[in-house]
Amino acid sequence: MTMTLRDIINKLLRRQPASASTARERLQLVLAHDRSDLSTELLDQMRKEILEVVAKYVEIDVDEGAVSLETEDRMTALVANLPIKRTMTGQIQLKEPPKQSEEETEGTDQKS
Amino acid sequence: MATDTRVILICSGKGGVGKTTLTANLGISLARQGLTTAVLDADFGLRNLDLLLGLENRIVYTAQEVLEEECRLDQALVKHKQESNLSLLPAGNPRMLDWLKPDDMKRIVDMLKEQFNYVLIDCPAGVEDGFKNAMAASQEAIVVTNPEVSAVRDADRVIGLLNTNSIKPVQLVLNRVRPKMMANQEMLSINDVTDILALPLLGLVLEDEQIIVSTNRGEPLTLNSVNSPAAKCYLNIAKRLQGEDIPLIDPLKESSGFGAKFRRLMQTKIF
Repeated sequence: MTMTLRDIINKLLRRQPASASTARERLQLVLAHDRSDLSTELLDQMRKEILEVVAKYVEIDVDEGAVSLETEDRMTALVANLPIKRTMTGQIQLKEPPKQSEEETEGTDQKS
Repeated sequence: MATDTRVILICSGKGGVGKTTLTANLGISLARQGLTTAVLDADFGLRNLDLLLGLENRIVYTAQEVLEEECRLDQALVKHKQESNLSLLPAGNPRMLDWLKPDDMKRIVDMLKEQFNYVLIDCPAGVEDGFKNAMAASQEAIVVTNPEVSAVRDADRVIGLLNTNSIKPVQLVLNRVRPKMMANQEMLSINDVTDILALPLLGLVLEDEQIIVSTNRGEPLTLNSVNSPAAKCYLNIAKRLQGEDIPLIDPLKESSGFGAKFRRLMQTKIF
């Protein structure tokens, strides 16, 4: 997000920002959605499910959390910003203990 | 026979951003450089290119009659009165809807390729069949947009479709630029638009009242008013298409004096 001298003066004087920056921000948001072809409902659903999964492992601040689409250079990224209140260490157990990681190391061994 | 004909789609998604005006002026500019150029009006439902070129009374046949072998290609081509290197071919008659298919477009463009250095296809607005037909016959594309949210959004949709159909290069023309509004940051800047759309800028065209006068007369600006601001921009775009290294106009420097200096200062990026 770039700021120009005019933007800063407008901010100091509590004036509305020049409309070009509003246009830029609105476009970036709408294009992120257009490009990903995700509807707001689907994005909401995904956001909920992501939060549910994360909440199994760590306690997150749901109000502060944000899952959004960001776009730069025609690449769209899903960005999640989820402040962690505390981790749930000791309460959860690994579902499939070390087995999986062993397999992985075996795989790499074979390659090398 | 021209061997390395360039077939360029001129498209925008949104209507009214200046596709047809660009096609007409680019056609004239290229023809003036001695390049044989065909402009194909792919928007046969609402055709306008003939009107901008002042050729509306000279159309007898269209590409449709050529494809149906009712006439020869040279009978359907309308040669421009003053600029004999330029010819217009309307794709079809407004009364005959839905006859054109992507393969028809390819066939007609293949015929044009045998005679011309450049084939410019004036694409209909929208991203539906008309656009897809026009795209099917094209190799490269120029996307026209205005520094406005709706035009940029629609351009983005079109660019996505061009990319998935392997049309390249795709270049951008930013039309109807108002230097003063840009300097006041009340209009999306050139960098804003090129950053958002991630396309190389082929050129920008300044807002120019003379455009209206020229369409009234059916004489593109590049034909008789070469010194008007927009005409210079179109001529530059044609030269860049030909590979000439012409620097872009800086719209902020177009307005001069203390006011302009102050506006430039206000645009300084702080962070």
